[in-house]
This record gives sequence, structure tokens and C-alpha cells, in this order.
Amino acid sequence: MRLIVPLQGVVQGRGGLFVGSLIPCCLFYFLQLYLKRRRSPPPPDSDSTELPRTSSRSSLFTRGNSIGRVRVSSRASPLAKPPDSPYYIGLDRVKTDPYDRVTNRDGIIQLGLAESTLCFDLLQRWMSENLMDSLMMQSDVDGGFDVSSIAMYQPFEGLLEVRVAFADFMSRIMGGNVSFDPSNMVITAGGTPAVEVLAFCLADHGNAFLIPSPYYPGFDRDIKFRTGVELIPVHCRSSDNFTVTVSALEQALSQARKRGSKVSGILFSNPSNPVGNILSRETLHAILSFAQEKNIHVISDEIFAGSVYGDKEFVSMAEVAASGDFDKSRVHIIYGLSKDLSLPGFRTGVIYSFHEDVVSAAKKLMRFCSMPVPVQRILISLLSDTRFIEEYMAAHRQRIRDKHFLFVEGLKQLGIPCAESGGGLYCWVDMSSLLTSYSEKGELELFEKLLSVAKINATPGTACYCIEPGWFRCCFTALADEDIPVIMERIKLLAESSTS
Amino acid sequence: MGLPLMMERSTNNNNVVELSRVAVSDTHGEDSPYFAGWKAYDENPYEESHNPSGVIQMGLAENQVSFDLLERYLEKKNPEGSMWGSKGAPGFRENALFQDYHGLKSFRQAMASFMQQIRGGKARFDPDRIVLTAGATAANELLTFILADPNDALLVPTPYYPGFDRDLRWRTGVRIVPIHCDSSNHFQITPEALEQAYQTARDANIRVRGVLITNPSNPLGATVQKKVLEDLLDFCVRKNIHLVSDEIYSGSVFHASEFTSVAEIVENIDDVSVKERVHIVYSLSKDLGLPGFRVGTIYSYNDNVVRTARRMSSFTLVSSQTQQLLASMLSDEEFTEKYIRINRERLRRRYETIVEGLKKAGIECLKGNAGLFCWMNLGFLLDTKTKEGELALWDVILKELKLNISPGSSCHCSEYGWFRVCFANMSEKTLDIALKRIHEFMDRQSGF
Repeated sequence: MRLIVPLQGVVQGRGGLFVGSLIPCCLFYFLQLYLKRRRSPPPPDSDSTELPRTSSRSSLFTRGNSIGRVRVSSRASPLAKPPDSPYYIGLDRVKTDPYDRVTNRDGIIQLGLAESTLCFDLLQRWMSENLMDSLMMQSDVDGGFDVSSIAMYQPFEGLLEVRVAFADFMSRIMGGNVSFDPSNMVITAGGTPAVEVLAFCLADHGNAFLIPSPYYPGFDRDIKFRTGVELIPVHCRSSDNFTVTVSALEQALSQARKRGSKVSGILFSNPSNPVGNILSRETLHAILSFAQEKNIHVISDEIFAGSVYGDKEFVSMAEVAASGDFDKSRVHIIYGLSKDLSLPGFRTGVIYSFHEDVVSAAKKLMRFCSMPVPVQRILISLLSDTRFIEEYMAAHRQRIRDKHFLFVEGLKQLGIPCAESGGGLYCWVDMSSLLTSYSEKGELELFEKLLSVAKINATPGTACYCIEPGWFRCCFTALADEDIPVIMERIKLLAESSTS
Repeated sequence: MGLPLMMERSTNNNNVVELSRVAVSDTHGEDSPYFAGWKAYDENPYEESHNPSGVIQMGLAENQVSFDLLERYLEKKNPEGSMWGSKGAPGFRENALFQDYHGLKSFRQAMASFMQQIRGGKARFDPDRIVLTAGATAANELLTFILADPNDALLVPTPYYPGFDRDLRWRTGVRIVPIHCDSSNHFQITPEALEQAYQTARDANIRVRGVLITNPSNPLGATVQKKVLEDLLDFCVRKNIHLVSDEIYSGSVFHASEFTSVAEIVENIDDVSVKERVHIVYSLSKDLGLPGFRVGTIYSYNDNVVRTARRMSSFTLVSSQTQQLLASMLSDEEFTEKYIRINRERLRRRYETIVEGLKKAGIECLKGNAGLFCWMNLGFLLDTKTKEGELALWDVILKELKLNISPGSSCHCSEYGWFRVCFANMSEKTLDIALKRIHEFMDRQSGF
């Protein structure tokens, strides 16, 4: 169970911290129980089938001995339990009753998944015109289709052509002032394995990464599950628009050291998730200086780099690292096409590192999670179609900007503000005015009301380790314009019923 | 066994940033002869017209004998249909977004049906027990994470696929304790060898979590006998451990009747506490010749393992594109029946060609009936029956004959002089040339 910060005590500077922590802890436990009981039964083909438990003594094996039930490893056991983070709970709930404009207008609207469907028309057109040619390579011999070009073993880190294509693409969408060397790049099956492989390479079991919070809830699973690497949140505040400061990093690091934790690096997302901040060049510089001073790694997750819509320009950590003041070998970048190119199903991830040995180790680890060759061929074709990419990225940014405006305006009309953001597929919404109590408990209650009454899945700040209650991440890039008034109406009704 | 290389980890006077033990360990094994031969091949690869005296790659178990069947199928079927599934181009939307670790139901059904067909319908597979991974390599590693904790052990019969040292141990921290097999009984696993391996682990205070076999065996190229499978399951029940059967070559058995899958054994067992320790690994890399597609699967009779593996598969998902592409192909029973039959036949003929050719050169092989390779005995050529002797011979074969084959020691074989020779990743003409080189070499040997 996470340590609950007694927020009221801290904010108001009063004593009574013991009571202040005990009561929320108890309430949190009861709320968890309450939420678990209220959760609707899982759909028929979900993964919660339970074996009827029979006593091993009564089920005799035919050969005459009574045998115990075979066990799984202790590191697997946590995975067998149902997820307890509101992030996953919300995603699961939507599946039971998903909103559909036509067939299920009363369903739960999904605002918890950072996906964009805004430019599918463009992608679909490209695919229908180009997919077959990019996939089916001609045989030299008879002009027929040569399946060996996509069937055979290829280097697990990705064909040189696909790495070149990614290097070029990333350089373009990250401002054009940074270049990526394909030989420092390793292609993998998604952002999830990308971040896990880096964690395996940079930290031992029991070590930790500092991570500015609020952070993407998926990191808990991606990093901790199998590597045993801990995540230490570095709390950011609304007063700084949730931008990380060096003093916060310093504090977190020294506290970690006092506890005997070995910090191997800093992991952060830029544009940030869930807030949608774009980190300034100065901030990036400061983070890198800090890392240099403490001799630790920096992992910059730049998976939303092409999804910027504000006025601030995006600067990659790779650009700052190459500026000459730093030991580059401590800098590593994660990228993928799930967000910028709306292709999460394809499974596309990039690990980019300036450290030769990390690239070498990561290459070898790619055998466990490499990108299939046919998909590589499609991407080589897609990413090198510079004219299409330019058209696509411009439309992608514009449409996010437009949708963002509509969504934020709609909330504004209800008196609900959002944090400043310039990137990502979501906004960070301050719903504290709707809380019955300004606390984590109040926030989780609101989360549940949003789900069951307003039928909206938004990710509560608690799931993201946000230190201030009442914030919710709302993803808007899978919405049609006509869905937005529906959402606002539902929130309005909820707000009115709370105050009545 | 995974000890980290010496690195300046504690004294950091020049501020060099540290890497993890996993990153610096040599458990990836790429410094062993198994991989060294590949480097020689990469530097001087044989090519029929441009480089006929180059190194012939006989160390890669890849199946190229049936590509034409795949090509004809893919060309004939409506390509648009196979790309997006039955909905055509509008299906692209779902495809692009789909990242559910359950996997496409249609694809899992297709895999289940294909696996059933390979076993001649002697076992049924439930699509909901299929967990998809990006290759069998990932499936084996995933299962190891789930079944064993760091420093626990899996028992693996020798000789075994050299990649296991890396796949089962590197990130997982799990150990391999060998079950020693030898040529006296064609390298079959005996109950005594099992007990001995188990005892060896216990004596070293290591907890055994399961037995992992490959059936048909790599590198032996032979199926595991039904009686042995039954003994194995019995052993696992008595010790209360898991049984993993990597059946990646099940479709490459020359005569279907000679293969018994552990699924058939389990099919007739009702007792859940027996069944739920059994897990099967499969992939399309060998039987369908599609290693580039990265499609593997874990099939488990254990609900908990299925659930856990599914969640863990987030780290190694199969692309929705490949699922879509293959779902219709694998569920086309007319195609798969024909493919499986013709593929088996061609592999059998290749096997016979190489074994005959070697026999004429005075070289015996283990009697094999499956796979993409044969297990060749060159023990009589060794100067000394030791690992060094074997590697010296291997080196001669690589440098003089320009053939990259895999030495038995890299497969942890307890007898020296055995070599695995792959025959399905080349044209018939290339195989002829390889045999010719061996002939000439043997002629030279007898000349002394």
C-alpha cells in the first residue's frame, strides 16, 4: 500500500500528522474494499476464471499418491491478482459497457487510453495505396512474390533500413536540429519492452529510478514487474505547472540514499504524461547536469514528441546531450509510433542510447521482443515517404490542437480548469471543485462516481502518484466533436447532483 | 554461468556511469563457438554464383524448403483480404489500434486448429489457453519467469539447444541443471538420469521448479518416446514440479505417426493437479518457415499460468498485422493440410540425402526422424576425446571445409565428437556441395 501523505496536515501546516495519516489510511482500505465489491462482474471471456479449489488430499492421483498443487514463482504471484490501480480498473470497466455513438449512447466513454484516431483517414489511404508494395518484395528470378524477404531470420535489432528510416523520421519530428545515428538504435516490439530492456541494462534488482510525478501508471508494471527496479516518485506541484525541479530531485535522491536505496537513474517523459508539459531546454539541461553530478543515467521517454500542439517547441534530450557539455553515454531515449502515428497495434518501439555497451546489450535482448520483418518493411516504406509524413504530422498536430481547444473550452464552461499543456493526447484536469473532500479518498470517490454515474473513465491522479488530489487525466484524441458536449453534459449533471 | 565481467564498479574516479549486471554479463553466450562460426559465415558467406567457395551455413536451423508453398498461397488469396482480415481496408482501423494481450480470437483459433492438425487430431487445443509471444525464445523466457525464481533450477536433458543457456537464464537468474543422456540408448531420458539431476540440484541446495524438454529434440533430430513422456510426467508429479515441452519442431516430424505430444498424454487425464503442471511452447518459425514473423505461443493447462503469462506478454506482443496476416492462412485447413504433408515429405527427403551422403563418406548419424538437422558422430576423428579435441576438429571443419556446424559441447553433450548439421536452410545444390566437401575431407583423412 502506498504511503498516504496527510495532505490537509501538510497544506495547512498543522500537527496531528499521526491521526492525519491513520484516518486516510483506514478510509483508503475501506474504499478499496468498497470499490472491489462494487466492481461489476467480468465479461465471460476475461481472464479471471478460477479453478475450483479441491483439497489435495481428496483428489488422489491415479498412481496412488496424494500430490500438492504445483506453484508458480513468487515474482509471478502479484501478476495473478486482479489489478488494483484505478488506471487498470477504469480501463476494464469501459470494456463491460463501452460507449458507442450509435448503438450504446449510455455506455461508458473512454477517456483513459492515450490513443489517437484523429488521422486514421490519412493512414488508411496510405495503407490501401502502398501496403502491398511495401510488403511484397519482388523476386529477382521470376518477378513473383519473394516470401523469403519477410520470412527469414533477420538481425533482431532491426534491419539497417528500418533504423535509418526511424533515425530520419525522429530527426524530422523533433525539430530538425538533432540527428540520430542508426547504429545507436535498437528497434523493438513496443514502448513497453523498450523501457523494460533499458531498465534491465541500467539498473540491478533492488536499484531505483527517480521519476517525476505525476507519471504514467503503466511504468509501475513496465519497470517493476520483472526487473525488480523500484520507482521513486519526485513530486511536482501545480504551482510549477508540475514541472520537475532540481531541488526536488536532490531531495528525493538524498532521501533515497538515507533509506539505503541505490539510485541508478532518472526516468521522465517529455512531453510529460499525464500533464502534457513540454520540458524547456533549460530544464533538460538542469536534469542532465544533475545526473552528471550524481553519476547516474537519464532516460527520456519521448513517445509523444510528434504530438505537440502548443506554442512551445519540443527539444529532444538527444539534442541537449550532443551539445558538448556532457558525458553523453549516460543518456538514453525511448520512442515508438503508438502515439504519433496511431499504430499501437503494430508494436513499434525504439531504444536509442549513446552508450555503446548499452546498445550492444540491448541488441542481444531484442531476441525476446523484436519487431517482425513484415512490419519493418511496411515502416521502411511509410517513414521514408517524406511527403506523406509531412502531411500526416501537420494534420495530426492541427487536429489535436483543435480537439484540445474544444475539450478544454467545454470544461472551462463548467468552471473546471486544466493545467497548461503543449503536447500529448490528453489534458490534466483539475476537478478538485467536485471533490467532497480534498483528499485521496475524495478523489477516488469522484473517480468512482465519474465511472458509475457520469459513465466516464478518466484516470485519477492517485494512479499517477500525484501529490495533490483532484487531478484527472482525460484523453480526448479518440473522440468525435459531437462526443464532447455529451461528456460535458454528463459532468455537469454530476457536479449539480453533488452540490444539491 | 552468468558471472559478471570485471568492471570498475566500486571505484568511480573518472565518473564512468555504471551498467547493470545483466548488461555486463556474458550469459548471452555470444562468445561461444556456436556463435563464433556464425561470424565466420558473415565474413565469407557461401553464395552459389558469386562465392562458391565461401562458408556454408549449416549451423542455422531455418526451414526454407517450403517457401514456394507459402508464396503460391499468398499470391493466390486476395492480398487485401489477408492484410486486414475479412473487412477489407476498413479493418485497418481496428488492426492499428489492437494491442490487447489476449490476442485476436481468430488468430488464436487458427493457431489451435493448426496445432491440432499437426498432431493428427490426437489432442485438442483450447484457443483460450493460447498466450501469444514474439517468438518461442520469448515464450521460453516468459515461462521461466513464471515458474521459477532467481537461483531456482530447471532440469534440461543434454544435449540441448545452446540458446537455452541465454533464454532461460540471462534475465531470469534461473539455473539449468543438466539431465545427462548418452548414445548408449540413443540419448533418451532415463528415470535414473532424472533422479540424478534432481539429486545434484538438491545437494547444491538448489530448488528445482521443473523439467524442460524439446520434443522433437534439438539437436538430436529425434522424437521423444511415449513411454519416456509418461515417465517424465510421473516424475514431475512425484516431485511436484512443472513440465515444459518445447514442441517447436512438431510439424517437422517426417512421419506424423512417430510423434507423441505431451498434449496427447494429458488429453486422457482428468486430474487437474496433474494437468496443470504441463505447458507447451510452440512457434511458426520452424514448421512454417516464418522466423521473421516472430510468432510464438505458450499453451498451458494451468489457469493461473495462462492468466499470468498473458499479462506478462505485454513485453513481447505479436503485432496485430502478423496476427491478421496469418489468421486466415492458418485456418485454411485445405492449405495447412497440404503444407504440413508436403513439408514433412521434403524434410524427410533432405534428411535421407544428407544421411546417405555422410554414410558414403564413412560417417554415421544418430537415427533421426524429425527436425531441420541431423546429429552426426565424428568421435572417431578426434585426437583426444575431450572438449578441446572436439573444438579442434570443429575449427578444422570451419576453416578448411568452410562448413559452419555446431559442436556438441556447445549443446552440453557429455560425449565428445557429436555435431549438429542443419540441412533445410539451403538449396539441394548447396547441400550437394557441402557433402562433396565432406567426402573430399574424409578421403584425405583415410589417405594418411
